[in-house]
Amino acid sequence: MTNIVVDPVTRIEGHLRIEAEVDGGMVKNAWSSSTMFRGVELILKGRDPRDAWAFTQRICGVCTTVHAIASIRAVENAIGAVPPPNAKLLRNLIIASQCVQDHVIHFYHLHALDWVDIVSALSADPAKTSALAESISDWPLSSAKYFSGVKNRLKAFVDQGQLGPFANAYWGHPAYKLPPEANLLAVAHYLEALDWQREIIRIHAILGGKNPHLQSFLVGGMATPIDPDRQASLNAGTIAEIRTLMDKARDFVKRVYIPDLLAVASFYKEWAGYGGGVGNYLAYGEYPAQDSDQLFLPSGVIRARNIGKIEKFDPAKITEFVTHSWYEYDGGNDKGLHPSVGETHPKYTGPKPPYDKLDTTAKYSWLKSPRYDGLPMEVGPLSRMLVAYGSGHEKVKELVNAVLAKLGVGPEALFSTLGRVAARGIETQVLAEKMSDWLDELATNMGRRELRIHDNSKWEPSSWPAECTGAGFHEAPRGALGHWVHIKDGAIANYQCVVPSTWNAGPRDASGAPGPYEAALVGNPVADPEKPIEILRTVHSFDPCLACGVHVLDPRGNEIVKVRVQ
Amino acid sequence: MAHESSFLQELKQRGVSRRQFMHFCSVMAAAMALPGTAAAQIAQALQKKQKPVLFWLEFQDCCGNTESFLRASSPSVASIVLDVLSVDYHETIMAAAGKQAEEALAKSAADHKGQYIVIVEGSIPTGENGAYCTVGGKAAIDIAREICGGAVATIAMGTCAAYGGLPAAAPNPTGALGVADAVPGVKNLINLSACPANAENLTALIVYYLTFNQIPPLDAYGRPMFAYGVTIHDNCERRAHFDDSQYVEKWGDEAHRAGYCLYRMGCKGPVTHQNCPVVRWNEGTNWPIGCGHPCIGCAEPDFWDKMTPFYRHLEGVPGFNVQSNLDLVGLTAAAGVTGAFLAHGAVSFVRHKKESRERKETGALEDVRETDQKPPAASKKVNGGE
Repeated sequence: MTNIVVDPVTRIEGHLRIEAEVDGGMVKNAWSSSTMFRGVELILKGRDPRDAWAFTQRICGVCTTVHAIASIRAVENAIGAVPPPNAKLLRNLIIASQCVQDHVIHFYHLHALDWVDIVSALSADPAKTSALAESISDWPLSSAKYFSGVKNRLKAFVDQGQLGPFANAYWGHPAYKLPPEANLLAVAHYLEALDWQREIIRIHAILGGKNPHLQSFLVGGMATPIDPDRQASLNAGTIAEIRTLMDKARDFVKRVYIPDLLAVASFYKEWAGYGGGVGNYLAYGEYPAQDSDQLFLPSGVIRARNIGKIEKFDPAKITEFVTHSWYEYDGGNDKGLHPSVGETHPKYTGPKPPYDKLDTTAKYSWLKSPRYDGLPMEVGPLSRMLVAYGSGHEKVKELVNAVLAKLGVGPEALFSTLGRVAARGIETQVLAEKMSDWLDELATNMGRRELRIHDNSKWEPSSWPAECTGAGFHEAPRGALGHWVHIKDGAIANYQCVVPSTWNAGPRDASGAPGPYEAALVGNPVADPEKPIEILRTVHSFDPCLACGVHVLDPRGNEIVKVRVQ
Repeated sequence: MAHESSFLQELKQRGVSRRQFMHFCSVMAAAMALPGTAAAQIAQALQKKQKPVLFWLEFQDCCGNTESFLRASSPSVASIVLDVLSVDYHETIMAAAGKQAEEALAKSAADHKGQYIVIVEGSIPTGENGAYCTVGGKAAIDIAREICGGAVATIAMGTCAAYGGLPAAAPNPTGALGVADAVPGVKNLINLSACPANAENLTALIVYYLTFNQIPPLDAYGRPMFAYGVTIHDNCERRAHFDDSQYVEKWGDEAHRAGYCLYRMGCKGPVTHQNCPVVRWNEGTNWPIGCGHPCIGCAEPDFWDKMTPFYRHLEGVPGFNVQSNLDLVGLTAAAGVTGAFLAHGAVSFVRHKKESRERKETGALEDVRETDQKPPAASKKVNGGE
């Protein structure tokens, strides 16, 4: 039995530590720990609820829109503000472009180096890379000359002797399976994607002033004015600019990302047999229609991999446990609490830093353990695609079936590390194609002088009830996100976030049931315990975002205000 | 071209023409408010340099500054500037993980002691013996002491690293501090505040350092004057509307669509020092006021406490033609930002009209600051670090 510690887990957002026991070349047991805490929810107490989005937005700068969206929805739900159709469309455009950009960055810049050996690319034959590229896509940057240039650039970098962020990695590890030509192709697209992400996220700058941390959100609507006759508003010119960027986004996704994903996956099909995890999937659904609550991607719950039965999502079934988290509950640490009546008294009982090992039999993480109807749930693109697939979403079914056919695997392959990677790609394409519909609707509204962007009737706190509660749900790139707010006398009395990486990266619960990361790692091969690249593959397939794992902190041990369930 | 430097050859190999490179240097010179002739000097300096080593440390952060860094404009040339630096440690992008990542940092820090640059992102918690943020089992504050201690210069990127930022907002649950307070005595510390800091300013700062081998002149809050020397208000494209008393009154109203001044909607531009209106964001695409939302003052220390509520308009700004100047006493948020305004002096306002009136205003503001320098109603005493 060998004990492995991976800390820091790099190429993620935030601070994550994985401890694992390896025996006979396989993970027998794993523990996931978040090692950073800020206490954003407590900071919110007493503040103006209309400001909350800006605070919660800073929970994460990678998924820089998600906590802002969840927050304005929660406050709107509490005070009864109704965003007008244009605001809903603007939000959909922002959310979808975030998701598309974020998924591509994840694939190329956060996850690819688990599958792609950069050093191997140095021995590639550019002509063979060109042939490979042209066999999988009609993307124009595919000549031998082009790949020769990329190879030379890489060689110049390596020859200089300073490998910078690529130093001391697992290059040459036997788990790398791609031929040199495919590695060179991936390196070329790693660099292209770096330029691509920077360009297409200009959609956010147009609609939100800047990225990261867009600044056009408002409780009750959006701050981006719409007027075809004004230079200072969104107008025909800016719509055209957004459309150009969307076309570029979609083009890259369809002609580079998806073909690369399929090509890489075809060399790693055994990963369809690893990393399945808890097998329960939760999606809140996303992208409301401009004039109704109909969602483009549906909500739902799947138990025990049964995609034949999509259960209706019921927010009342969410609870959070702190049995293995550095918090205490007044009524004992072995029961779960609904976030609307959540209490969080932090109590760090881990080792004093610096430390080598956590006591995983006791409390070992700053994340709580959320459960749905008592069960651990995986959230994220795989959950969304499975729920949509099981719900009969035409576009999702078409793409999922096409990917499975292309790889020559059955639907069971989806419940895996590889399935997670594939689902992210499928979702990216679905959204990259869908975005232009919302832009068309916005342009149509503009043309018929439907210019409303905000529900002014609920802006002033004097228009709110003396006391109210609300919940806001959102599908972030990394999964289901919920915010719960309690407002009293115009100020925040309590605020709770249950975030995607808490669902996925949380520790064991009171019954000892592991969280999704922990469950997904069991059974993974580990060829060399000194270089556990396989652990990174499965953990990265979830796209960890640990900074999101924040919770209310009350250092004085005061009782957190109780929220009435509506 | 008989005699082309190896640097230019290298650039060419990377697909960057000499023309593009010189354009980049000109843009950098402009960003740093240097004369046009400085471009040649910048180009020369960059060509000479070996790749200096950079470590990027993330503590209580949201990764927003890293993301901002990834948005640096002039893509191909900016990537050269990345290549000009050797980024030997950056958790979000580095290939190595765990033990190998920590070894890479330790080795490079030892090899380049006293020569490397550090960028810190995120605040540093002092509560619970540092257990609120650990990397590889080590407390953030210990890592910062060790790594920043051996640096030739440290850049605190973003308001969290500079002044504590969001985690330090009242009641500062984790005892979070910016680098200057958490690790006193760090050599050549430069605060690049804002939430996040603009990538253009980071690039300009790095180029400034590589070109002149010194850090730029800093303001009272440790920020480069070239980026933080003027208020948002003074460079704002909507300034004429302010001067003409044309204000947005409601979201989406005629004035909002026409791009009138956002002052009454809570804009903190008059007390916020940053070059957003000039460099803008995302390759010059836009900036918050450009898309209809007020400035929230994110480059100023303690803005989460002093600039909130975000939608309450500032009181007592000279030239604001609404009878509000006497509302000052007791307005807590305004008092906070007034402090920031005064600390920078009324320098920027002097350029504008009503000078005599302004002097009177400033006096009034000063009185308020002295009598009402308390945190906003929502905040409580900092109680971290226990």
